[in-house]
Amino acid sequence: MKKVSALAVALLGVVTLGACGGGDDGGAMLEELGEGEGAVNLVAWAGYVEDGSTDPNVDWVSDFEAETGCEVNVKIGNSSDEMVELMQSGEYDAVSASGDATLRLIAGGDVVPVNTDLIPNYADVFEGLKNKPWNSVDGKAYGVPHGRGANLLVYNTEAGAAPSSIVDMFSPDSPYAGKISVYDSPIYIADAAIYLMATQPELGITNPYALDQTQFDAAIAALETQKSIVGQYWALYTDQQAALENGSVTLGTTWQVIVNLAKANGAKIDSTLHNEGATGWSDTWMVSSKAKHPNCAYKWLNHIISPKANAGVAEWFGEAPSNAKSCALTADPNHCATFHADDEEYFSKVYYWTTPTKDCLDGRDVECVPYSEWVNAWNKLRA
Amino acid sequence: MGERLEQTPRVTDSGRNIAGRGKPRPAFALWGLLSAPLAWLLVVYVGSLALLVVSAFFSLDDFTGKPTTDLTTGNISEAFTQGEYVSLVGRSIGVAVAATLLCFALAMPTAFYIARLASRRTRRALIVALILPLWTGYLVKAFALRAVLAPGSDYGDGGFMSGLVGWSPGFGYVAVTLTLAYLWFPYMLLPIYAGLERLPNSMLDASADLGAGSLRTFRLVMLPLLLPSIAAGSIFTFSLSLGDYITVKIVGGTAQMIGNIIERALLAPNQPLAAAFTLWPMLIMVAYLAVMGRAGAFKNL
Repeated sequence: MKKVSALAVALLGVVTLGACGGGDDGGAMLEELGEGEGAVNLVAWAGYVEDGSTDPNVDWVSDFEAETGCEVNVKIGNSSDEMVELMQSGEYDAVSASGDATLRLIAGGDVVPVNTDLIPNYADVFEGLKNKPWNSVDGKAYGVPHGRGANLLVYNTEAGAAPSSIVDMFSPDSPYAGKISVYDSPIYIADAAIYLMATQPELGITNPYALDQTQFDAAIAALETQKSIVGQYWALYTDQQAALENGSVTLGTTWQVIVNLAKANGAKIDSTLHNEGATGWSDTWMVSSKAKHPNCAYKWLNHIISPKANAGVAEWFGEAPSNAKSCALTADPNHCATFHADDEEYFSKVYYWTTPTKDCLDGRDVECVPYSEWVNAWNKLRA
Repeated sequence: MGERLEQTPRVTDSGRNIAGRGKPRPAFALWGLLSAPLAWLLVVYVGSLALLVVSAFFSLDDFTGKPTTDLTTGNISEAFTQGEYVSLVGRSIGVAVAATLLCFALAMPTAFYIARLASRRTRRALIVALILPLWTGYLVKAFALRAVLAPGSDYGDGGFMSGLVGWSPGFGYVAVTLTLAYLWFPYMLLPIYAGLERLPNSMLDASADLGAGSLRTFRLVMLPLLLPSIAAGSIFTFSLSLGDYITVKIVGGTAQMIGNIIERALLAPNQPLAAAFTLWPMLIMVAYLAVMGRAGAFKNL
């Protein structure tokens, strides 16, 4: 038996060579900032790292490169799961992780605590975003808050008035049946839970990420029903963009950045926030435990939360900035008001993506369905 | 004389040397030549396949998504007993079979025309024209068909097809099958063409002389003789279609195939489960190769 497990260990080492190095060999927190290494490799959501190649007016990378000499290389992560997988490779220095990735990265030893003393702009970050359960452990910050927002509904303006309810996404009699676009990720199960919070209050769901088996089964049932009216499951944001542009999709869950891109290409669409409360994100820039360019990574963290860059990315992606000073610098003076930048009341209705665990996140004394089961259920739903 | 005496044994000696030392030398050279590729084949190909099978028995750390070395059969039973996955595999096989049949239906008459009816010059031009797409990127071709098959709607124009004939199958399994057939067509055409070229004219003449019509000749003379070529071509089209997951993403709409579920598991990240899913196409291909081997697919290699 010993031999078997030794062999297995050896094989595992080869299997996962480069895919993960384990949590124990992680680097420590940076104590002082040195010279830049000339480059930095980032994993980021689409629209978070723009160098003007998408839109010449959207550029907060070029000035960073000129100032610091750190050439920015970016790999778009299309889902939190993909980002975790990419960061496990150890090829990247920093990542813009959502709350359903941060704790997994911390637990896996893929990221290290961030020395916020080395990041001057951290002082201007909204207090409501600092030292939260998804970006810190025992008061130790594991990254800098990037911004936050809610997953929106996008709709075709020629197909009718703005939908006000998430019910249109799930009901078989939805006027948008057959042309509905759904985010293809296990975390979308939480959207079904929000639908159930509105339509089946007797299930007693209070947190869409804390579902016991009964509630979880109900959410999956809602998704099975939804399947018949779904026209598209989008994993790549460009897929949804294309479908919005050619009109094959008239309602969907979306990010503002996709709406911006499709609108720029002439799509007759708009976005709205439904009434029932929504899933959303609060993102954190984290530094890899195997960062080959830690100094450039720190410089990037400081840059992306600097008022100007943070205003730029918040406006382009369509989210609330994390830096309080950004609000004065957005092109649309009302941006921070529109996206409720310092409105904690509003964000109490937004359920940030987080990783469901067996210990119910809402504190109930029952067993909740852990994320691995979410993944299995979603894969089966999509199989 | 003294010299000759001296020389003769020398010649014999060296002759013996050549015979004696030369024999092991080619073998040595052969091994020297083969060892590197063989090692490559064993380590990289067989080795990684073995690792894949072994890692299908690993467990997963729920939270971090990293594999652990606790051995379990849970992944295998998940991949092989859950109805959703079995039906997905069934659909994938269906698509691969349909794409293969479509390739055959198109390649047979085309190859027959090129090999038997076309003039020498047309033949050359046609072969070039039909092989040329092989040098075009896979993605270019798949996206080209996406542009052709895109469905129209009340709010926007569809692709070329719905513009031209007012109808398109839209994105889904039909589009996937069409696209795969388009992508792998040359792999079916070339073996059949080669088989037709080798087919002796006398056989067809004899069949005609004995009063068989062209259909009967096709069925009773050509098909059996071409079976190994068709089998060889079908191995390409079937295996390439079965494992494909990118075409499905481009023209599949909500459709999914085995490759997609493997990618999903891999990105989840759940490497052990992904490894367990890969056993499906492996087993299917082993079975398929066994059947096609019986049909003579490997006779003319």
